[in-house]
Order: sequence, then structure tokens, then C-alpha cells
Amino acid sequence: MADVLTVDDLNVTFALHDSEVHAVRDLNFTLRQGETLAVVGESGSGKSQAFLAIMGLLARNGSASGKAILGDTNLLALSPEKLDNYRGKDIAMIFQDPMTSLNPSLRVKTQLVEVLVRHQHQDQATALRNAIEMLERVGIPEPTRRANAFPHELSGGMRQRVMIAMALLCEPKILIADEPTTALDVTVQAQMLELFKSLTDDFGTALVLITHDLGVVAGLADRMMVMYGGRIAEKGPVDDLFYDPRHPYTYGLLHSTPHIGTRARTLTPIEGLPPSLERLPSGCSFHPRCRFAMPQCKTDRPPLTGERGKRSCACFYEGKLSYEEVVA
Amino acid sequence: MNEMAPNTLLSVEGLKKTFGISVGFFGRPLTLTALTDINFSVAKGETLGIVGESGCGKSTLGRCILQLLQPDEGKVLWLGQDLTTLPEEEMRKRRRDLQVIFQDPLASLNPRMTVGEIIADPLRTLMPELATEERRARVLKMMEAVGLLPEMINRYPHEFSGGQAQRIGIARALITEPELIVCDEPVSALDVSIQAQILNLLTELKDEFGLTLVFISHDLSVVRHISDRIMVLYLGRIVELAGSDILHTDPRHPYTQSLLKAVPIPDPKQARARKLEGLIGEVPSPINPPSGCAFRTRCLHAKDICAAERPPLETGADGRQIACHRWREISAS
Repeated sequence: MADVLTVDDLNVTFALHDSEVHAVRDLNFTLRQGETLAVVGESGSGKSQAFLAIMGLLARNGSASGKAILGDTNLLALSPEKLDNYRGKDIAMIFQDPMTSLNPSLRVKTQLVEVLVRHQHQDQATALRNAIEMLERVGIPEPTRRANAFPHELSGGMRQRVMIAMALLCEPKILIADEPTTALDVTVQAQMLELFKSLTDDFGTALVLITHDLGVVAGLADRMMVMYGGRIAEKGPVDDLFYDPRHPYTYGLLHSTPHIGTRARTLTPIEGLPPSLERLPSGCSFHPRCRFAMPQCKTDRPPLTGERGKRSCACFYEGKLSYEEVVA
Repeated sequence: MNEMAPNTLLSVEGLKKTFGISVGFFGRPLTLTALTDINFSVAKGETLGIVGESGCGKSTLGRCILQLLQPDEGKVLWLGQDLTTLPEEEMRKRRRDLQVIFQDPLASLNPRMTVGEIIADPLRTLMPELATEERRARVLKMMEAVGLLPEMINRYPHEFSGGQAQRIGIARALITEPELIVCDEPVSALDVSIQAQILNLLTELKDEFGLTLVFISHDLSVVRHISDRIMVLYLGRIVELAGSDILHTDPRHPYTQSLLKAVPIPDPKQARARKLEGLIGEVPSPINPPSGCAFRTRCLHAKDICAAERPPLETGADGRQIACHRWREISAS
């Protein structure tokens, strides 16, 4: 599969009144056509900021360096005006809360038609026809009637479908979904996940799924990237990371997640708290919570090692830890 | 009145709760029925999970148990004594035994009080006879039990992360040595690794203090993990109530079956082997619920009888309670 997005050495920093916070450091990855890449991490891991940076949506005190190559264009080097030619057209993003992402004072159809008029230069009538067709494709019943509704008249699941329809109007190469199902009930979430699956299969869209829910990752993603303290801890094919995690943090996340099919008396949590980005621990930023930490982990930062396009891991122990032995 | 098992701590009988809502300025007032015909009991030392989707009434039920909301009809019996008719002053004394933990840990802590003051607050109001030193000693002991360091006693809530704030909330709930704690989505706002810490903490504290828990959550994996029995609510009614393992391995109500089929499994091979099934349609409005069985509009097994008659809550041979006209046929197929 062809690469649709290549990110090289992405760094994101935020200027505070007397200091600087590094939210994302040295992020490298590629995204392939039609694949689903899950980006997993806890609050403050940098998973959302990395993609907001690529979309040019950082808060005003934020800045990004590095490259995000789409086709032959570096998105990070574009002016906001130039970036508008790509946003919504080649690369689109949807967020957790559809209510705050839709304009509450405009009808659904007005918001959808605007996208097609702006990017595809369609006339109003054609744009409306295409908008209604897209609403139908994302599984909205009675799309003509719903197109006339205001966002508050729709349920949460329906609003998220409208967001997805809007994101897909120009058939983008890349769809970035930031916690798209976190606010939804489980039966509605299941509908959404099936919809995402058909998107990547039918449209060939590359999907970036930013989430903390490993259940959602397991069902949908081809590859995953685990972030901690602004850096990649481990990345690779989903099966490799789930069945043979090499970074202690990946292992910890997997064992903190309750599984509906089994009932263990106790979960194995990761002790301690996620670090504050303003005071990242020295060396490997996971070392204060890592049960395998050795002196070197406190002083040196483990590099991300592995083969390009396969799996890689940032841990001095990489591949040499046998968790079952150590834990037992 | 039901005969009461000797170890029953709490029982709820015929509980109904409605809310009046007005639509628009001149709109006629409408009635939203949040809960109807709720009957169940909780034994001392058990954990009862309550699950259901947004708007099913699970949080309202928690608040009715705690008498933070007054039910329209029915009784909330605490060791046989009806709390709904208890005078204010008597209820205040009872509150020592019934405590609560909320979803949003930071929002439920007073930002202008120190951790020590927050945790001591229930003691000050509910056990005013305690001396200051005794109060402080209890606060420190409780902080240790929930994994907070003694030097944190003079800090303010904003200095804490979500997981630590939830530990403060738990310490505040436990300080009066209650019998029962209603946990309303206590881990939903927390990161995965912290969620596991708090779930383990609740399990440990339950054993240590001999607590009884009513655990309200939308997350079936979490509820399964912690509960002995689970109640499934749909549009304000109990549809199924059974032991946690039975409910998960052999769900009989079509709604319970749908809920379980929709839960993602954190295992790629298992996840690929099954198709997630969402439910068709939307949850009907609780202002104007469907006739008969409220779930029939989304149920694949619905027949004419489901629209005509409301299914009663029956008790099966395995002790499960279920409200479905067709549960025997469905489970046989």
C-alpha cells in the first residue's frame, strides 16, 4: 500500500509565560492508504496535539516543527490560507463531542453544502444532492428530513454521523478521528465502529484513530502507536503489540483493561501517575512507574529502535523481557 | 411486602420517579417517567452493578436510594426502615451509613477547602461530638487507607490529578464508616491505568471495611469486573437482574444480549472473529414510551403481544429476574 502521509521529526511546543512545554517530541511515522492506525495513550501523552499540529489547529501559543508530507507537500510549512486547500479536502478531522464541533445555529444541510461549495466549487443544488447522499451513506435514516434539522434536534449518535458525513464529503485521503466514540453509548459506538470499518474498506480512506480504549483498537486498527510523555513508546502491527508487547507501558496498559469475557479478581494497574509534561522525568520518562527500571533508565533515554515499517520500541530491554516470568 | 432475607441491607419496593418538564414558554407541562416499578434488594457485603445507556434512569435510581431525590411512589427500606418517610433529622443520622462517590472527582470537591477539610467534612456535620484531634487522626488514617500521603492534608483539590482526586472522594465517603456506598460512574473520567488502580482500591476497601456497594456504570467490562449481581435498566425499568457470571455467559433478555454484543473486546483475534452489533434505531423518548414492552421497537424478537402487554418481571429457576414475554423461546433457540 502507498504511503499517504509521512511525518518526520514532529515536535510540538507550547510557550507559557516564563517557560516552554514540549507536548510532542521526535514523532516519526507513516500512514498507508486504506489502513487504520490507532494512536493510544493517556491524558497528556501528546496523542491529540500531534494531530492538531498536522491539521494546523494548535492553540495560539503552540508551534510545530518537522515535516508532515502529504503527496509532495509539507503541511507544516503552509500558510493558513494554503492549508485551507487541503483541510477538509485531503485530510479531515472529527472530534469527541459532535455538539461542540457543529455550528448550533445552522441547519445540517447548510454546514454540509458549504464544504462542497468551498472545496469542489459545486453549485448549491448539486452540493445539496451530494450532501444528502452522503448522509444516507453514513447510515442516517430519512436523510432529506435530517438535512433540514439543527444539530440540537439530533441524537448524539446521529450528530457524530453528521460529523463523519461532513468529513467524508470530499473523499479525503486521511480521516483523523479523535476519541470519536468516547461520548457515545455502547450500542451506538458499535454502529460507529462498523461504519469506520466500511469507510476504510470502501473509500480506501486512511484512518487515524486517537483513543484510550484498547477494545476499540483491537476491533478496528491494523497498526498502533503507543505514546507516553510526548514520545512514541512502541509502535507496530496490532497483533504484535497485543500478544507480544515489548514496552512495559504497552504491557501495563493491556493489563489495566478489564475484559468482558473474563473475570479476574484484580487488575494489574500501572502504579503512579502519568507525568506532567512540564516536569518530565529524566532518562526514560516511564521509569518512575516501571517495575523493570534499572539505573540506566534514570539517566539515559532509550532510543526508538526497530526496522522501518515493522515494529519498534523505545526501551533498553526491548525484546529481552519475558513478562510472564518476571511478573510471576 | 416481600419477605426479607436476614442479611438484606437495602430493599427498594415499587419505586417510581417522574420529573415535570415544560416545553417552551407556553408549552404544556409534560411528565418524564425516569423510573417505574423498581423492586430489588441488596444483601450486606455484596456489590450490585447497575448498567444501562444514557437516560435509562441509573443515576436517578442512585439518587433515590440516597434520598437526594424523593421518589413519587414506593419505599426505600434500610434494614426494614422506610427512608422516604423518615423525618429530615432522622435521615441526617442515617447518612452516616449511606455515602456516595461521584463521576467527576474534581467537580465534586470544594475547591476552597483543603484535602483534610474535605475528608473531615462529613464527620463535622454527621458526628459533631468528635474531638478535633480524633477527627484529624481519623482523616489521616483514611488518607493512608486510600493511598494518599499524610503531607497532602493541607493541599487544595486543584493540585491533584483526576485519579488522586477520586481517592479524596473515596476517603470522604468512607470517613463515617458507612455500610453502603453508591458509586456513580466512579472511574469513567479516569485514564485506563488509573481506572485499574481505583477499581482495585475499591475492591480492597470493600473487603477491609465490609462494605456493600451499588456500582452504577455504563461500562459493562468494568461492572462485570467488580459486581456480584448486575441489574440492567432500559427506559426506567428493570429488564434483567442476575448474577454477574450468569448475566454475561447466558444473557436472556434481548436488550442484555444486544448490550453485550456491542462491547468491544481488547483482543484483536477475538475482535476480528465477531462482528460488533449495534442496536437498530434510537432509544425512544421517556416522555412518550412505547406501549407494552419499552424495548419492542428495537427488538428483533418482538411479536404482537410485546406491543399489547407489558411483560412482568419474572423469576427464573436460576434466580434471575427478567421482563420479557419471549425469554424462554429466545434462549432455547
